[in-house]
Amino acid sequence: MLKDSDRRILRHLLADPQASAAELAERTGMTAATLGRRLDRLRDTGVLKGQHAEIDWRALGYEVEVSLRLTLEKTAPRAFDEMIAAARDVPEVTEIQTFLGRVDLRLVVIARDMAHYQEIYRDRILTLPHIADIEALMTVAAVKTEAGLPL
Amino acid sequence: MIALDDTDRAILRLLQADATLSAGAIGREVGLSQPAAWRRVSRLQEAGVLAGRRVELDLDALGFGVTVFLGVKLATKGRVSLTDFERAITAIPEVQSVHHVLGLYDYRLRVVARDISDFERILRRRIMTLPGVGEVEANVLLSEERRPGPLGTGAARPPA
Repeated sequence: MLKDSDRRILRHLLADPQASAAELAERTGMTAATLGRRLDRLRDTGVLKGQHAEIDWRALGYEVEVSLRLTLEKTAPRAFDEMIAAARDVPEVTEIQTFLGRVDLRLVVIARDMAHYQEIYRDRILTLPHIADIEALMTVAAVKTEAGLPL
Repeated sequence: MIALDDTDRAILRLLQADATLSAGAIGREVGLSQPAAWRRVSRLQEAGVLAGRRVELDLDALGFGVTVFLGVKLATKGRVSLTDFERAITAIPEVQSVHHVLGLYDYRLRVVARDISDFERILRRRIMTLPGVGEVEANVLLSEERRPGPLGTGAARPPA
């Protein structure tokens, strides 16, 4: 079971993922040594699974982001596994999610522009195995990004 | 726009996996001195390529057993209702992300909940009651994987 102090650390970490250890210690009212021990413990127990750098693909010239909602041919026994394995081979796919619901799978695809997207879609996406149906939604703007948790 | 070489791409891949790596540790991985690695990272930050960090938590262990992606269509469109909706939806703590999309829905929401009945409570009491909310589609997240994206697989230096 998590202690209140662990929840406090995670709340501050989520609120400002870039915070240094010294800043986190100050905000949580802990000594640097205590905070370090607590963070190590959160990592060791698998609660804190990782801290990952986020890349702004626009800064690298990828202006287009499309969310593809797929339904799969579920009569094929290994449809999900084969689809996911094939999607991993497409470099422009940045996220793969599976769902219970009307949508089976979601892929996030980035591209430099619409012509580039069209090329990826035709050559790399439509050729993926076991697709029954695809719907595309273009991301216009991120209004709120993975901010917090009601901890 | 900033041009990347194989070393930059290798550094980005390392930081995607672990953003807490020190310049020294990055340097050792890609065959650079600590100051040279630090300069590369600073340049990527200044160019806006390194845009922040994502904290990955074991949601189950924290008591959030369910993540749902919601597609929301607004019933009444117009500038005012979009702004009102965005302000209200971002204030709900269980709503982790909100994206404005073009297509079948107007917004994609990522919602965390303790369990399905908790999700139902959030959906009915907090989301469906917002002004302008029309059709809603919910899909329960089963698995998720982030990919490095088009950063290549090239080594920063030829193998010794």
